[in-house]
Amino acid sequence: MRNEMEIIFDARSENEGFARVAVTAFVTGLNPTLEELADIKTAVSEAVTNSIIHGYENLRNDNTLQGRQEPYHGGKVSVRCLLEEDMLHIEVADRGVGIADIEQAMEPLFTTKPELERSGMGFAFMEAFMDELEVESEPGKGTTVKMTKKLGVGDWIDSED
Amino acid sequence: MGRVLEEDFQVIDHCLMIRLPAEVDHHQAACICEYADRLLYREDVCNVVFDFENTTFMDSSGIGIIMGRYRKISCFGGRIYAIHVNRQIRRILGVSGLEKIVEVLEA
Repeated sequence: MRNEMEIIFDARSENEGFARVAVTAFVTGLNPTLEELADIKTAVSEAVTNSIIHGYENLRNDNTLQGRQEPYHGGKVSVRCLLEEDMLHIEVADRGVGIADIEQAMEPLFTTKPELERSGMGFAFMEAFMDELEVESEPGKGTTVKMTKKLGVGDWIDSED
Repeated sequence: MGRVLEEDFQVIDHCLMIRLPAEVDHHQAACICEYADRLLYREDVCNVVFDFENTTFMDSSGIGIIMGRYRKISCFGGRIYAIHVNRQIRRILGVSGLEKIVEVLEA
């Protein structure tokens, strides 16, 4: 079976939750395990968050106590999912600033925005929770993160809980 | 998803108790850090306890929140604890290596 979907949304932090839920809803037909769903959710969340705060340099989060509002910059993030049998391909793309040194960006704990108290673990999480990860980027043009995961390989019986 | 409320942050016996929302992501992170730091600076806080009872999702933003609070209290000998940790959260803590600085308490 082949099934494909694409969503495009404004690069605002409110939409991080929407993107996660949309992707997990898309794959539920395959009866993935809870663990697989959690992995996919985390990986999508990392990629979309990266696009929003790094790609479009959305330094201020509107969801703060002061409720400060930044004028919206108009950037969009797209999430494409392709299911081929039990393989899930996810592409998260933005047309933001791009990454000059991809290798450095993917190092665990490396972050260009330490003032935001980010962990620098975004790409490490995507690598840990998906089977394959590929990053394409061109400074000034944008970044595309491609991830692949084989579904239905999780344990049938949860050993804990 | 639920908003982060002031009542989710309480100082009891020099311990800052933080009840985390259902989904801990970048969108919620700024708010959580602001509430937490207000109390960290104002009250006489030694340790921080993160309560994951209502939390079903956390990404690396949550790791950033924990690391940031750890930096602020560890120089005074403060410690970080986590309670009501489910399997997903435990995995996130494990993958990030944070189990070294966070003590997970069983209920």
